[in-house]
Amino acid sequence: MTTDSLTVDDIKARTRAFIGKFFKNIELQDDEDIFALGFVNSLFAMQLVMFIEKEFGIAVEDQDLNIDNFRTINAMADLVKGKVL
Amino acid sequence: MRIELTEQQASAKAAFRAFVDHEIVPYADQFDREERVPAAVIQKLAREGYLGQVVPEEQGGTGSDMVTFGILNEELGRGCSSIRSLLTVHSMAAFAVLKWGSADHKSRFLSRLVSGEIIGAFALSEPNVGSDAKSVETSARLVGDRYVLNGRKRWMTFGQIADVFLLFAQVEGKVTAFLVERNSPGFSTEPITGILGTRGSMLAELRLDDCEIPKENRLGGLGFGLAAIGTSALDIGRYSVAWGSVGIAQACLEACVEYTSTRRQFGVPIKDHDLVRQMMTNMITNTKAARMLCYQAGYLKDSGDSRTVMETWIAKYFASTAAMKIAADAVQLHGANGCSEEYPVQRYFRDAKIMEIIEASTQLQQMNIAQYAYEY
Repeated sequence: MTTDSLTVDDIKARTRAFIGKFFKNIELQDDEDIFALGFVNSLFAMQLVMFIEKEFGIAVEDQDLNIDNFRTINAMADLVKGKVL
Repeated sequence: MRIELTEQQASAKAAFRAFVDHEIVPYADQFDREERVPAAVIQKLAREGYLGQVVPEEQGGTGSDMVTFGILNEELGRGCSSIRSLLTVHSMAAFAVLKWGSADHKSRFLSRLVSGEIIGAFALSEPNVGSDAKSVETSARLVGDRYVLNGRKRWMTFGQIADVFLLFAQVEGKVTAFLVERNSPGFSTEPITGILGTRGSMLAELRLDDCEIPKENRLGGLGFGLAAIGTSALDIGRYSVAWGSVGIAQACLEACVEYTSTRRQFGVPIKDHDLVRQMMTNMITNTKAARMLCYQAGYLKDSGDSRTVMETWIAKYFASTAAMKIAADAVQLHGANGCSEEYPVQRYFRDAKIMEIIEASTQLQQMNIAQYAYEY
């Protein structure tokens, strides 16, 4: 997926769409804690990391493996933004 | 759509097959009987570059694509599941260092893992913890500039000889990943013998008694040890076991083609009996189907597609259960001979059972794969 002309809104929309495939019928807000909602198991976490890497053409690395970076759509957008924008 | 190996992949497969036929197949029953793989054989794997398959060339590895890595697992699994299991756990550790390791981790471990100077292994299971991995009881606490670990790890493949373990422990109630070296103070191992299958895989229990490691040996942040590091390493392991199961199935198939062609009953080779042909048909069909699922999982890995996670579960589920059925049929077709050490199918049968248990049991897979149907 190209990152040309990528905006923060794009990042959030694509991430929300990906999460929505797993957790149907839930309108996830940008600042909602997906861990607190009980969404996350280890298989989902790995798929989420792979999605972010492929979709936005970035490498999630050792220092990025902090739960706070994946807690909300806003946090994930910040992580991606810090690497590509 | 074109489902065909590239010229390079086909060439690699031929080379893997020749190596296994020459260096492993003649000795595999001996490894099984003696419950060990000689160091010289591991050195041969290293010389062939097999221990650095998941590491890119620029980092000193072979830089193989995941389909080629899978084919290597099939061929090694065809020859000896214990040796394939070495490739499994070593690759899991190497992958974790490559993917999640700091520059310091990579400089200290990666090139030595690739060269085979050190052997890596995976340490998650415990006496009281198997499938429920988040409940590991081993603990780690930060004391000054070191982590102090306490607990037991059980059923560690090649735990008798591995030099560094990708190990998981609770830190402040969060499962966290560490690289634990054999020479750490407070670390010891106890061999486990008499296992049903993959008897050459040199299992051990790891004992961590106030085991001290540098705090820099932690991988990733607190609490992401299992979710990202453990799961991605297990994904490599599961993929390897899926292909290894295809290898067992292929070995059974080849043994049965040979045996049913030469064994005569009622005046004809037994392959001419209809019920034997039915078993051979199921054997070849399920082996090919398992291999196709593995190709699919490997292709998705090479393209970085997150669907590979569940496709690998599916491949491993199908391949391991198929291998068990195929190995049971292989023993059946060999009759009393199949129960004898004179024929390898009894080893395949015992090894296949292990495939249904390791890297997610059949029942755990049945629970998770069903959930996949309600997602995409």
